[in-house]
Amino acid sequence: MIKVVFFAALREQLDCSEITVSSENITTVADLKLQLASKSEQWQALFANTSLLSAVNHDMVDSEQQIKSGDEVAFFPPVTGG
Amino acid sequence: MNQEISIQTSDFSLADEVALLEQDNPIDGAIVTFTGRVRNNNNGMDVSGLTLEHYSGMTEKSLAKIINIAKTRWNIGRVKVIHRIGELNIGEQIVFVGVTSKHRHDAFAANEFIMDFLKVEAPFWKKERTEQGESWLDAKATDDTKAQKW
Repeated sequence: MIKVVFFAALREQLDCSEITVSSENITTVADLKLQLASKSEQWQALFANTSLLSAVNHDMVDSEQQIKSGDEVAFFPPVTGG
Repeated sequence: MNQEISIQTSDFSLADEVALLEQDNPIDGAIVTFTGRVRNNNNGMDVSGLTLEHYSGMTEKSLAKIINIAKTRWNIGRVKVIHRIGELNIGEQIVFVGVTSKHRHDAFAANEFIMDFLKVEAPFWKKERTEQGESWLDAKATDDTKAQKW
């Protein structure tokens, strides 16, 4: 299983802060994104946003990053701290 | 726990932080501090306050990485980064970066480097409260440009 967490505007728009996804048929962040996008039209629209950032186990990664069961994957908008 | 990083809801004291950077530290002749505060305006709108969200765990890891890179690039002594989360009002302190070094150049450069990368890599998000309601801030392209310069 893969734990997936969402933050900030994305979390609010999805109305979801965390879900668990089966790691079956998922080898990269891009695969996971596709699967999440297939949940509904709204999810599809939100995951089509190319400015979304992703992290695996607390490290910023790109979509080609490999993932496996037990990983924590995060999706969020560009950061605005400081 | 990394003593150099603090993510907290409570305020901090600039004087106390400077005292800690100086304490038993006779080898460093320079201290550079940066403090960021909540402004009352953004994009021409009156802002009444902010809510700051972060990704616990990744925030600390990301800041530790930035600090470690700064230590390899400059000859610096002590570093402290504080970032507040939760509800903040106008004029409140949001962020503190303090760096010491033997001579001023290293502390100046490392401080700005840490702040520039915190802006584009550390997972914090600001939601502004204005007369028109609440809205998430958009990231600024100028912040990316600043970080890329290093």
